[in-house]
Amino acid sequence: MEIKREDIIHLGKLSNFDLSEKEIESLSKDISEIIKYISQLDELNTDGVEPTYQVFEMENVWRSDEILEQDASMEQLLALTKEEKDNQIKVPKVL
Amino acid sequence: MKIANKTVTATRLVKDALEKAKHFADYNIFTFIDEEGALKKAAEIDDKIARGEKVGRLAGVPYALKDNFMSTRGDTTASAHILEGCASPITATAVERLENEGAIMIGRTNLDAFAHGSSTENSYYGPTLNAYDKTRVAGGSSGGSAAAVALDIVEFATGTDTGGSIRQPASFNGVYGLKPTYGAVSRYGVVAMASSLDCIGFFTKTPEDMDLLMSVASGRDPKDLTTLPDFYNTNPQLGDSRPVASRPSLRGSAAQSAPVVAEGLESPKLRIGIIKDFDNDVVDAEIRETLKDKCELLKSKGYEIVELEMPSLKYALAVYYIIQPAEVASNLSRYDGVRYGFRSEKSGDLDSLYGNTRSEGFMPENKRRIMIGNFVLSSGFFDAYFLKAAKARTMIADEYKKAFEKCDFILTPVSPSPAFKLGEKVNDPVAMYLEDLMSVSLNLAGVPGLAIPAGRNKAGLPIGLQLVAPRRQDKALIEFAKELQDE
Repeated sequence: MEIKREDIIHLGKLSNFDLSEKEIESLSKDISEIIKYISQLDELNTDGVEPTYQVFEMENVWRSDEILEQDASMEQLLALTKEEKDNQIKVPKVL
Repeated sequence: MKIANKTVTATRLVKDALEKAKHFADYNIFTFIDEEGALKKAAEIDDKIARGEKVGRLAGVPYALKDNFMSTRGDTTASAHILEGCASPITATAVERLENEGAIMIGRTNLDAFAHGSSTENSYYGPTLNAYDKTRVAGGSSGGSAAAVALDIVEFATGTDTGGSIRQPASFNGVYGLKPTYGAVSRYGVVAMASSLDCIGFFTKTPEDMDLLMSVASGRDPKDLTTLPDFYNTNPQLGDSRPVASRPSLRGSAAQSAPVVAEGLESPKLRIGIIKDFDNDVVDAEIRETLKDKCELLKSKGYEIVELEMPSLKYALAVYYIIQPAEVASNLSRYDGVRYGFRSEKSGDLDSLYGNTRSEGFMPENKRRIMIGNFVLSSGFFDAYFLKAAKARTMIADEYKKAFEKCDFILTPVSPSPAFKLGEKVNDPVAMYLEDLMSVSLNLAGVPGLAIPAGRNKAGLPIGLQLVAPRRQDKALIEFAKELQDE
């Protein structure tokens, strides 16, 4: 299938990227080629095959519903952010 | 590997490793070196030894940590700009287990940012050079770890393998590289790439070292509910001197499907599978020749060579480059500059903070994968790509199951060619993806694979081969690798 400029801009939005003109250009080319490659799967007949989403052989690993001791404290986690005020993370205005 | 004792001190081992790391600085292997911390740990172990106290099985062994493992020593950057300055308050379970046995991390190694790549050229910190030829790539994504072991800087290094990121750099640098059974080693505290494919493994110089590391690091972890119950150490094969085929096994697969061998018979006829679908011009002639030589060696040792047809493997790479980016898009949506790591300076509101941080913080290959992932998951394309790939994944896993009814292990190339030149494939994503042609199907099926060194080509570059075993047969796989060691 053909990937248009609008498709790249749309995928950029879905991915939360502010893409430059130059990037849109190079991504158009690269992503078209990658999609062309993965589209060869079309020729494989998968009728009646169940999908596999994980290859872990176990199901329903339960644990008791107790709050476990955490490896990191609130202070340690807040120390990782750029701006913090009154134990909250500060970001630019939302609206 | 050398373990510290009364005569060879941990301090000596660590100092040697640090000196070698400095000596090979131009290979760009490390993103961080912790001289002070490593020497302090070494001194503690030496004190214990001097006092006659018990020390761990890896006492004083210097190792290198791929920079996508969290540890409180040094920032965990995954060689990505967006994680710059990210000092983890937690430590990965695998790291904890190695260090509880006395292993000493001397530094963190370079990788393709977020482990996206097959050459370490996608690192924010520049490429790592091949241990055998500085004009060539170290492979990837765990290029730094592979080169650190190949240049004998450290005794072992950690890696992550989502589609070949341990096995391909191991083969490019002539060392052993194990991608264990999915769920064998805890992923807790390791930067997630594609959660249904990600495996934690190691680079070593010998199969014996690999066995030791697996016995230390593998097993159930309450912090990662996708870890399997401890099969590696409780496997009845442990300490069993009988040939692999005649040993009892916890689960079906290799041992049970092997031909019945009379007790006491010295060499049972173990069957080694060769995948016919990989024997074509796509694979370098010298690699195919090496594979044939190893088959002859095995035949002379009494093994039977079985030809396998696995037609679905042809689609494994396409399947992988649908499922993996889909999981990448999901896992990497958390990096937005808010809670940790890099935050763009030029943001007026929250939306532009996300957009600018992600645009400036990700490498081009990260962006390609996230966008492809969002493409295959988007409505209108989900059935044709993601669902179709998930179905094809079933076919691939089934083909491995069937193959292991006919043989005990499979021997294949690791990658289509030996280490390629720096810059050769960096602007051609599909050419780079083709590097993973013969390694990705193992991750899709969850089976273990071990890259083993198998000599060098005429140009002097290492050639590696890949051994594959049924799930949970990791120990038998490592054991069998000894049979293929160069004389």
